[in-house]
Amino acid sequence: MALLTVDKVSMFFGGLAALSNISFSVEQGEILALIGPNGAGKTTLFNVVNGFYKPSRGEVRFKDRTVSGLKPHQICRLGVARTFQVVKPLQRMSVLDNVIASAFLRSRTKAGAERRALEILEFTGLMEDRAMISKGLPLGKRKRLEIARALATEPELILLDESFAGLNPAELDVSIEIIKGIKKKGVTIMIIEHHMKVIMSISDRIVVLNYGQKIAEGTPAEISANPLVVEAYLGEAEGA
Amino acid sequence: MKRFAPLIVLAAMAVLPLLGLSSYVMHLLILVIMWSVSGMAWNLLGGYTGQVSFGHAAFFGLGAYCAGLASFHLNLSSWYGFPLSIPFVAATALVMGLIVLRLRGPYFVLATLALGEIMRITAENLTDLTQGNLGIMIQRTWVEKTGYYYVILGVAALTFWVVKLLAESRWGYYFVAIREDQDAAESLGINTTLYKTIALTVSAVITGFSGAFYMNYMGYIDPQVVFSLGDISILTIMVVMVGGVATYWGPVVGAVIMVLLAEVIRSLPYVGTAYQTLFGVLLIVIIIYLPNGLVGDRQTLARLFKKKGAAV
Repeated sequence: MALLTVDKVSMFFGGLAALSNISFSVEQGEILALIGPNGAGKTTLFNVVNGFYKPSRGEVRFKDRTVSGLKPHQICRLGVARTFQVVKPLQRMSVLDNVIASAFLRSRTKAGAERRALEILEFTGLMEDRAMISKGLPLGKRKRLEIARALATEPELILLDESFAGLNPAELDVSIEIIKGIKKKGVTIMIIEHHMKVIMSISDRIVVLNYGQKIAEGTPAEISANPLVVEAYLGEAEGA
Repeated sequence: MKRFAPLIVLAAMAVLPLLGLSSYVMHLLILVIMWSVSGMAWNLLGGYTGQVSFGHAAFFGLGAYCAGLASFHLNLSSWYGFPLSIPFVAATALVMGLIVLRLRGPYFVLATLALGEIMRITAENLTDLTQGNLGIMIQRTWVEKTGYYYVILGVAALTFWVVKLLAESRWGYYFVAIREDQDAAESLGINTTLYKTIALTVSAVITGFSGAFYMNYMGYIDPQVVFSLGDISILTIMVVMVGGVATYWGPVVGAVIMVLLAEVIRSLPYVGTAYQTLFGVLLIVIIIYLPNGLVGDRQTLARLFKKKGAAV
């Protein structure tokens, strides 16, 4: 059974079709990457899945339950968490408090939420920064804080929106290990990413969007050999 | 030590009247405590939850009228205004929340401002109920100030405790999360509409208590006074801004300063009538140099004084 099904989803803004007739599904336990040129509709698709937008047509199902039309906080409670491409830390709160605020979703007590938050900070390598006001964190760590916060809601599916963009090589390695660790915990991952090396190495399957349409879907090997994808996004080998 | 600070302050405040203070000093103390209550209430919504309301006079005035009308029409003791105000103020806050909490930023501010004014104009025109601009006069319970002092001190202690309890609970985390980023909060599973409504309602009910107390204490109200934009809504904001947004003691410190400042400025020759202008100037200075208020920016303040001391 697919964990998440995107069924013939279209999203119009005025006359513009940001997404047209997109269908695919995410299987339990896999890492599915969403790639495509800027403006292809990747983040819009995340906003549809997470409930910020209600699709103009089609529907999204999570664990066989229609979730399109629900509010983001309801979808999060069902088990879908996300990060933002433009990071949105709760700026004037400490790193720990940021994660505690999320952990309260599954924990009635403050002690429980704090315990959970500390575990997650350990896992994401932010333990030493826990007392820091999140405004002062460098970008790499802010990206990781996004992941930590999403994990604190104990999701079954986590949507990562460009969690690797702007990271230096050392930070990149740390983040890749974190993603692999999340997968090992049994959390399904959907990830938007431009960093092709990362995508090819960690993802199980890839969906390619271009101008709001799905142009390909397959394993990393199939995708890198697909002429449509090469033309639209990856670029000709001889041209590069 | 820090944990017991509220209790120590409360104990000190409780023995103050035993010192045989003059009636004028008692009056100022009562006003300070009343404004602390209003400030703490506003802080819950404006400070912690980040929803800046310019319309809290709506709740203050409603609380005051609940007390006044209970006595005027129903022949009840005006102290019934406290319990009576809860359903009325809460219902108003819920309806208001339904309308204005969908709005964000400046639109929210403008909507609350309008609602405060709507309440004033309504009270002015519902003359059968409120006597309009004639106002409501009631028989005060005590001639002495001491009784009023202890009543408002009790309300303030309760408010302080409620705010502290809320701020340190799950709700408090949610309030601040909403202030910092509504979209992030929503996508982290926080029902932002629900928690904003809770903050607004609790804030409103406590503000209503402040108003109910005002009626009991002053013995006279009219719509221009208790629904006043400048003297209630904006002064409430000033108390919190000057003292410190989203701090426990900010509204208390702010209330001390604003009440004393108002007294001092109003007694000055020539500039006395321009006290609101001077408040405006003060607000600008605070926002520029101490954006977190006296309590929030106390480190900045301490550094300033140390530097001066060192230079001398």
